[in-house]
Amino acid sequence: MSAAAAFFYLFAGIAIASAFMVITSRNPVASVLFLILTFVNAAGLFVLMGAEFLAMILVVVYVGAVAVLFLFVVMMLDVDFAQLRQGFQQYLPVGALIGAVFLIELLLVVGSWTIDPGLMQAPLGPLASVEGVTNTQMLGRVLYTDYVFYFQLAGLILLVAMIGAIVLTLRDRPGVKRQNISVQNARTQEMAVETRKVPSRQGVEV
Amino acid sequence: MLEIVGTVLLLVLKSFVLLALLLVFIAYALLADRKIWAAVQLRRGPNVVGPWGLLQSFADLLKFVLKEPVIPAGANKALFLLAPLVFATLALAGWAVIPLAEGWAIADLNVGITYIFAISSLGVYGVLMGGWASNSKYAFLGALRSAAQMISYEVSLGFVIICVLLCAGSLNLSRIVMAQDTSLGILGWYWLWLFPMFVVFFISALAETNRPPFDLPEAESELVAGYMVEYSSTPYLLFMLGEYVAIMTMCALGTVLFLGGWLSPIPFAPFTWVPGLIWFALKASFLFFMIAMVKAMVPRYRYDQLMRLGWKVFLPLSLVSVVVVAFVLKLTGLAPGA
Repeated sequence: MSAAAAFFYLFAGIAIASAFMVITSRNPVASVLFLILTFVNAAGLFVLMGAEFLAMILVVVYVGAVAVLFLFVVMMLDVDFAQLRQGFQQYLPVGALIGAVFLIELLLVVGSWTIDPGLMQAPLGPLASVEGVTNTQMLGRVLYTDYVFYFQLAGLILLVAMIGAIVLTLRDRPGVKRQNISVQNARTQEMAVETRKVPSRQGVEV
Repeated sequence: MLEIVGTVLLLVLKSFVLLALLLVFIAYALLADRKIWAAVQLRRGPNVVGPWGLLQSFADLLKFVLKEPVIPAGANKALFLLAPLVFATLALAGWAVIPLAEGWAIADLNVGITYIFAISSLGVYGVLMGGWASNSKYAFLGALRSAAQMISYEVSLGFVIICVLLCAGSLNLSRIVMAQDTSLGILGWYWLWLFPMFVVFFISALAETNRPPFDLPEAESELVAGYMVEYSSTPYLLFMLGEYVAIMTMCALGTVLFLGGWLSPIPFAPFTWVPGLIWFALKASFLFFMIAMVKAMVPRYRYDQLMRLGWKVFLPLSLVSVVVVAFVLKLTGLAPGA
């Protein structure tokens, strides 16, 4: 067994095991952490395929940003397991029915599954690289020349989604004291401090 | 098979040498940090252990290791102990791709800079896990703050790196250094050509590594010590170590991206004889000195101002400069590989 194969089985094994743990672990925070482990191992598989740029971007985007948000939300939740299991008996028949339907559908799909005979001849390892061009440059060329329209379109869709999320959460609450940094920085001693002579036993009007 | 074993052994050996060098360097960087801080405040700083306090860091190490690790009763034990390990390991992992001299990188990756970026974005998990597993509201608040801060400044850091990449035309750290190897010497490095980006990089590096004036995650005055509040002994030491390793990584990254890595500042004979490692160490130490001075001189930022600086000042600034740099390179025909 070559070193690459050994690493493949290592990464793939950990990825599958941790993916399994994501759905079986009781603690939602542990679930998210196992999900992160799955992502990292998937990145390892990408490296083995010679797609190092994709691997790094997977880690930066999914692990470094998306999963952090998951973790944020999950950590904030105060999950009460007793309350979660309360309706278990009540929902069991409906849940079992839906589960059975899904299982039958999955079996039907998998049962009629055939692997494309052409795929068996396809190269399983990394493709031979073009001379003097790195993986990153190649991806850039393809994305920004052949598929620039789709790339921009994807960006636009993400922008719309982002604006939508911001609009949904933006509330204009009246009576909130806002911090105006430029005003704060422009304050001088004269504006901030007032010296008064305080007559004894009389005090001053503020 | 024998060949593979040989390669692996060589890699392990190289990693150990780098690790030992790095840890000793950090022990003295820590001492230097405290000495500089003390000097600014007209104090002497640590001066008891060894001559001029030179052995202070090692005494601290011994003290931390020999103390009893206290694990809070309500803590998630596994995560609580895993968090500092993750934090320190990830911080050290970044050093695998940093070229200390020409060809002196353990892994000369084609995507070296993305690798460092990915690794440093993972560092936030150590903090979050530590804060959550401690089962204390101070630790949790500190972790949340830290995570928000690290993610915010990562964005502008990414755009700064893109500016450098546009100029160098490669994601390989060695190539980035070589792209700065011109007949101009120190004037040909990117710190001059991308000076605003250098400033943004420096400040973002401070925020990314939770250094003062952006050390809100551990603000003693309100959060005691942030996500580290429940930690003691070796786990605490690992957090501390990870933090300093991350700072040194940022110094090394700044050296590679803006200060010409191992190159000599004056590109002719007597200076080019000096080994690249020495130039690299000098430049990284200079950046560390700057970071230590900032700690001594600047008061802590308010949290909302920190967020404002990241999102409303640095993000637009770095975004605009990516566009400007790209346009200038394209219009002047200076773009590499064009």
